[in-house]
Amino acid sequence: MGSSSLIVLFIAGVAFSAGGIAVARIFVKGTKNWQKGQAYECGVPTAGSPWNQFNVGYYLYALIFLIFDVELVFMYPWAVAVRKIGIAGLVEIVVFLFMLFMGFLYAHKKGALKWM
Amino acid sequence: MLSIENITHSIDVWLNRTFSPTVAVLLESLIVGLCVIGLFALLGLVLVLMERKVSAYMQIRLGPNRVGPGGSLQTVADTLKLAMKEGLTPDGADKFLFNLAPFLVIVVAMMILAPVAFAKGTQIWDINIGVLYITAISSLSVIGILMAGWASNNKYSLLGAMRSGAQIVSYELSAGISVISIVVLTGSLRISDIIASQQDGWWLFKGHVPAVISFIIFIIAVTAETNRAPFDLAEAESELTAGFHTEYSGMKFALFFLAEYVNIFIVCAIAATLYLGGWMPLHIGHWAGFNGVMDYIPSSLWFIGKTFFLIFMIMWFRWTFPRLRIDQLLNLEWKYLLPLSMVNLLLTALIAIERWHF
Repeated sequence: MGSSSLIVLFIAGVAFSAGGIAVARIFVKGTKNWQKGQAYECGVPTAGSPWNQFNVGYYLYALIFLIFDVELVFMYPWAVAVRKIGIAGLVEIVVFLFMLFMGFLYAHKKGALKWM
Repeated sequence: MLSIENITHSIDVWLNRTFSPTVAVLLESLIVGLCVIGLFALLGLVLVLMERKVSAYMQIRLGPNRVGPGGSLQTVADTLKLAMKEGLTPDGADKFLFNLAPFLVIVVAMMILAPVAFAKGTQIWDINIGVLYITAISSLSVIGILMAGWASNNKYSLLGAMRSGAQIVSYELSAGISVISIVVLTGSLRISDIIASQQDGWWLFKGHVPAVISFIIFIIAVTAETNRAPFDLAEAESELTAGFHTEYSGMKFALFFLAEYVNIFIVCAIAATLYLGGWMPLHIGHWAGFNGVMDYIPSSLWFIGKTFFLIFMIMWFRWTFPRLRIDQLLNLEWKYLLPLSMVNLLLTALIAIERWHF
């Protein structure tokens, strides 16, 4: 099958999950109770909202990830062609990786990879 | 000989002879959709039972053995129980995103199946950028997890989702570089080309030491990407109750659970395709006799055998290694695996250019 298979798989995925939830709806007899709607916090009443300030460490990792993810996209065409280009292609990717690695070392030196 | 390739081919021929082309295409789409849904359901049942049985035998107990012969219907019973449960949405939650997240996770897991080669000539779509497609689509599932965690309006969910996100995006780099090192050896992104290039031996054996190193890195990375132990601190039950799906119940929880196991199957299938030849039987160079004997085993059995061996290995990890801490986990990736996999990629490129591989 051609690219239409993507549409087929998408519809299959939606149908599968929607079907499961819909079938469960038939069996379930729901009861209403104000405590049911509370956020779970191991039995104690919920305190404060989690939609609040959050540890910046996760975002730093996400930022460094962006550098390397774009690099990874650039490496796919290189990987397909490198056998034909030969040793020149290898030298070029070494230069490319070296420059990225300097950025990585800079981030490391600045403490972006240190937890807390 | 009766093989999956012949069956699909004869169905295709019969449909095209009996109906007009448009109807035939529609019917084929319907069959493919039903097959994929059936595969999902079957994988969920088999893998959950396998997980419980493997962990039981590793701890010298019997595991589920009451429902059905040898406990084989235990997962069906569990699914029925989950279907009877009410799917709650917490009052404070972002209702739209909360209900969208399980759909997204399942749809992503289903769309990755498109280029996976299940047997000789059995692929839904042999896309020419197969490996890139798999990497691109699989990185979408982290959005579903973050969505679920954020929309739940629960501290455990949010923490679990954040950990999961940091972990998945970090380990995606090593997994991607390992995939690229096989692309360098093959010179093609098409899954069928990658399998065909392993006609005279699997890359794990042909590619010298760099292929072995990248295989090990890939297995570690995908274990982390699927949130499996020892990297399961996204849902570390002793500190976060259940991680990003704490607030989910009933069928929505079942969908997350299913997607997790299907993702394990998919990453193991990809590892088997890239390093162990997919459906390609064990061939050694040009030993015609040995290769001929190996060809008698059907290609679908080879694929399933390799995939389930890798799944067993990942289940084995869970009962062998203790859980890491979040900073240890991120250090392992950023300070050890990432530089190592980059150097390994350069070595692989040197081998590919100089044609040192067998």
